[in-house]
Amino acid sequence: METPNIVRLSAEIPVEQYGRERLMSLYETMVKIRDFEKTVEEKFFGGEIPGFVHLYIGEEAIATGVMANLTRDDCIESTHRGHGHTIAKGADLNRMMAEIYGKKTGCCKGKGGSMHIADFSIGMLGANGVVGGGYNLAAGAALAKKMQGRQDISVVFFGDGASNRGTFHEAANMASVWKLPLLFVCEMNEYASTTPYLTATSVAEISRRAFGYGMPAAIVDGNDVFSVCEGAKKLIDPIRAGNGPAFLECRTYRVKGHFVGDPEKYRTREEVQKNVDERDPIAFFERRVTSAGALSAEDLSAVQAKVASEIAAALKFAQESPEPDVSALFEGLYV
Amino acid sequence: MKNITFSQATLEAMEEEMTRDPSVFVMGEDIARQGGIFGQFRGLPDKFGDRVKDTPISETAIVGAAVGAALTGMRPVADMHFADFMGVCMDEIFNQMAKVHYMFGAQKTVPLVLRAPDGIINQAAAQHSQCIEAWFAHIPGLKVVIPSNPADAKGLLKSAIRDENPVIYFEHKGLFPMKGDVPEGEHLVEIGKARIDREGSDLTIVSWSMMAHHAARAADKLAAEGISVELIDLRSISPWDKEAVLKSAAKTGRLCVAQEAVKQGGFGAEVVATVAEEGLEYLDAPVVRVGAPFTPVPFARPLEQAYRVTADTICDAVKKIL
Repeated sequence: METPNIVRLSAEIPVEQYGRERLMSLYETMVKIRDFEKTVEEKFFGGEIPGFVHLYIGEEAIATGVMANLTRDDCIESTHRGHGHTIAKGADLNRMMAEIYGKKTGCCKGKGGSMHIADFSIGMLGANGVVGGGYNLAAGAALAKKMQGRQDISVVFFGDGASNRGTFHEAANMASVWKLPLLFVCEMNEYASTTPYLTATSVAEISRRAFGYGMPAAIVDGNDVFSVCEGAKKLIDPIRAGNGPAFLECRTYRVKGHFVGDPEKYRTREEVQKNVDERDPIAFFERRVTSAGALSAEDLSAVQAKVASEIAAALKFAQESPEPDVSALFEGLYV
Repeated sequence: MKNITFSQATLEAMEEEMTRDPSVFVMGEDIARQGGIFGQFRGLPDKFGDRVKDTPISETAIVGAAVGAALTGMRPVADMHFADFMGVCMDEIFNQMAKVHYMFGAQKTVPLVLRAPDGIINQAAAQHSQCIEAWFAHIPGLKVVIPSNPADAKGLLKSAIRDENPVIYFEHKGLFPMKGDVPEGEHLVEIGKARIDREGSDLTIVSWSMMAHHAARAADKLAAEGISVELIDLRSISPWDKEAVLKSAAKTGRLCVAQEAVKQGGFGAEVVATVAEEGLEYLDAPVVRVGAPFTPVPFARPLEQAYRVTADTICDAVKKIL
């Protein structure tokens, strides 16, 4: 079945057009997410980080590419795998890491943890511990923007597993009927927790579901930040112009387990390694920009060094911050 | 004072608050074109246009969008059509709406009101008749109000809309046509404050919503037998006015809690347990709980009548402790 309004974007985008500053920024965001997540993984295994943690490693290009098209006033709804979205939206790393450590200085004062990070000051309306819990909140934010006569848009991130929640269908229909400024971004990472995509989903391409709701859709390579960036722009411009919601399907692969500590018995090591070796979004970016002569190896090293020191500072801040006082238990329950 | 229906009182509250604050809007199924299934929104679109929205039949979208809009500067009122349908959007209510303020470290408030018509009318049967208020009193982060008369309906709805916390507003379907006196001008009722409907000395009956009327009729019957009943209408069940109940129990020494909902696990159990913990010494007799039997609401007339808690049910129950 041919689906004419689905736009497939290849990776053949001239990176030179991006300009040095923008390329440096895209790279910095991706490396920041990767280093942050590697640090979180290490400290989780080291016993310093409690709770459930879900890593965004290998999917950095999606948050980075989408967020490159957003302003501070645009808002996003994130998922349980939300660190990457939060960083790409511009959250303070110190307060983020402190939240994951359950510290008083965390962005949610230690009340939320990894699955409930939010930073309203940058339009990050919250991660969500309930798969598929974000769509309708994002639709509501989009409704508010529209009623307030603003140009801002709302973006909801979700995985392929979450596309099977009824909440998707209710939000998609309502957003379409009301022409809400809402972008659906599906991070199609092949696994719904431990269940392979096609064993639980009725369509080969999730974006076909956008059809049923009269939404335009695009499929992009979620491991190519340029592809994501261009695809998101193509859909966001009409959304901002008032044409209603759209659907961006980003093809990626979850190279880490569903959660940190997942025994991953549902797939082979070889399958994972092949994706790490062949599709890593950061290595891909490095090859593209250096082969095009747009950035040098020195440029990349400089970014890596800058990020490394920021992550080290965030870790130190989190480790040294105090835990919440027990007296904070009832704080923030009611206003 | 003016004498208007419960439904008109809620409409006045909506009109006044929507006029006062442009960020207030209302959405739900069949409210703009139809005016609400009980006429409780009639005429609002004429005054407020697009701020009165007909939604798809999508309860998760209605409540989820209300939460999202509340987080981004609006003050939504969402109509649930029938309280029974809150089961459809329970995640949006108890995992999102109730928790986002607390779990995100109080970064943003969630000023929204869910209006939930509940209770038995017209043999509406198992899925359109329930009283489910106790579920929501068990959820930290929500406020739950449940008025019994037009004045409280107006005052509590206005207070709920102005509240920075999410509020569930239960309105018994049988109350919509009931008339009562409502103060002229600005009228607010504080959430969490009970109303002493009638003072008495022999027995305290605590109730709320439609049951307050059955309790009043029971008190009339008991008065004819020389028994003086103090009636407390809770009006809010989360937070609830336990001081008023404890004070009354201390005064009368006898306590009955009456509710339309099934007795098992109902809010009456919370009231009784609190008095047992904090005021057992006040009591001269065991407490009595009156509530519906532990079945779904049945359809056939004799079955529904047998199911319902009435003034007679209350009178029969309290006679055991008098």
